[in-house]
Amino acid sequence: MVADDRKYTKEHEWVQVEGGTGTVGVTEYAAHELGDVVFLELPEVGTTLVQGDVVGTIETVKSVEDFYSPVSGEVVEVNEAVLDAPELVNKEPLDGGWLMKISLSDAGEMDNLLSAADYEALIGG
Amino acid sequence: MSQEKHADLKTTPLTAWHEARGGRMVPFAGFAMPVQYEGVIAEHEAVRERVGLFDITHMGEIRVDGPGAEAWLDSLTTNRVVGGEVGKVVYTAMCNEVGGVLDDMLVYHLADERWLVVCNAANHDKIAAWLLSRAEGVAGLAVRDVSDATALIAVQGPDAPELMARVEAFAGRVDAVAALDFYTCLVAGPAGNDDAWIVSRTGYTGERGYEIYLPNADALPLWEELMTVGADLGVAPIGLAARDTLRFELAYCLYGHELGEDITPLEAGIGWAIRFKNRDFIGRDALLAQKKEGVPRRLVGLRLDGRGIAREQCPVFAGDRPVGAVTSGTFCPTLKEARALALIAADAADAELSIEIRGKRVPARPVPYPFVAARVKGDPRADRSITTP
Repeated sequence: MVADDRKYTKEHEWVQVEGGTGTVGVTEYAAHELGDVVFLELPEVGTTLVQGDVVGTIETVKSVEDFYSPVSGEVVEVNEAVLDAPELVNKEPLDGGWLMKISLSDAGEMDNLLSAADYEALIGG
Repeated sequence: MSQEKHADLKTTPLTAWHEARGGRMVPFAGFAMPVQYEGVIAEHEAVRERVGLFDITHMGEIRVDGPGAEAWLDSLTTNRVVGGEVGKVVYTAMCNEVGGVLDDMLVYHLADERWLVVCNAANHDKIAAWLLSRAEGVAGLAVRDVSDATALIAVQGPDAPELMARVEAFAGRVDAVAALDFYTCLVAGPAGNDDAWIVSRTGYTGERGYEIYLPNADALPLWEELMTVGADLGVAPIGLAARDTLRFELAYCLYGHELGEDITPLEAGIGWAIRFKNRDFIGRDALLAQKKEGVPRRLVGLRLDGRGIAREQCPVFAGDRPVGAVTSGTFCPTLKEARALALIAADAADAELSIEIRGKRVPARPVPYPFVAARVKGDPRADRSITTP
């Protein structure tokens, strides 16, 4: 079951908005598909991001994947714990393994994202 | 995830077991093989710390028998695989006329005039055809490709000896199996069929371990027995992904990466598996000339300054000069750092090197390999370190 307290992208990321700030991570499905994450490259705090742009990379033992910004805005916090322990992405993709927080510049962009039901349909759940 | 079906791929006697146990199946050398079960790092650690089982049935097995076998084999292999005692296993390459590697392989001396050649799955068709064509018209020689009838299970890790001692089929041979030296083999098998299996102290992990060749029908019962009697040891099935990280930490060559028809054994750092003296073999002249003149390229170990992983085919630079490419690169779970192997111009080994990763040049420093020390003594494949170039 896909958690219905947040929204999703086709690139298997999630965003959970609270008070104009969106917390971003990868989905359980992505964490499983990726396999063991060993390095993360994330944008620095203060960076301005545009929805859909490649803003970082996720390296696993086998491959490297681009990471897209699911919304536009400014990076206000990066999860230092996950940079130190990338396996958190695999262990706790929906909470402790969050990647960054973005101050949304256009809350309307959330309408471009997938609902939990749509995302579940996408991954064939 | 949806398990892709690979209807056109070959299976092993263990394919259904892998699928039932959550093995993620991928196409590899014409077979559907498990790339991982629990996860590559957990599986890697299981082999380093406990014991793991590998289904490597996809490897090619070719029997070479007869009074003409010894001289014939000796004319094909870079290493001297003949002339030793029965029970000896030798790592070697077979080369083309210009010294490029057709494949690297193990050659088992099973009995008088009886040999087993074990080649890579990816090269099996090529090597079988090449050997069969070379055997035509040779007196006293029988070459048989027995790959389709032969399963292969590897048991690797510090607890491998304990696990092997619990196998019913070895009950009458526990001491003999325990006494196997590195790179030796014995013929064994279950009661009533006790010459049907071959057991060797070999492997591709750097750990103490064994490889067991057996008829297809015996594979699933043995595998399930190993899982059952090894449960308290924490035995785990290991996929191809961890097989690769385990071999990579030891800097064992992998065909198609560190070895190929355009790479010589000298360049790849396995010159120790060439014996020039008092013998002739295909590629000898070219290899001897290269040994005298010096290799144009050499395999180096590299460590990035900073994070990230240099992957296969990433270009390597000395200053602004392109000098070669990464042959394998991944995260080493034992070190918790990434390393790369690269084939670069021999005159660049002392230069300031960088690796281009996704368009960015990242400084890299030569480091000795193997990246992780072998736990097995006398392993020439791991002892070949060229130290810091």
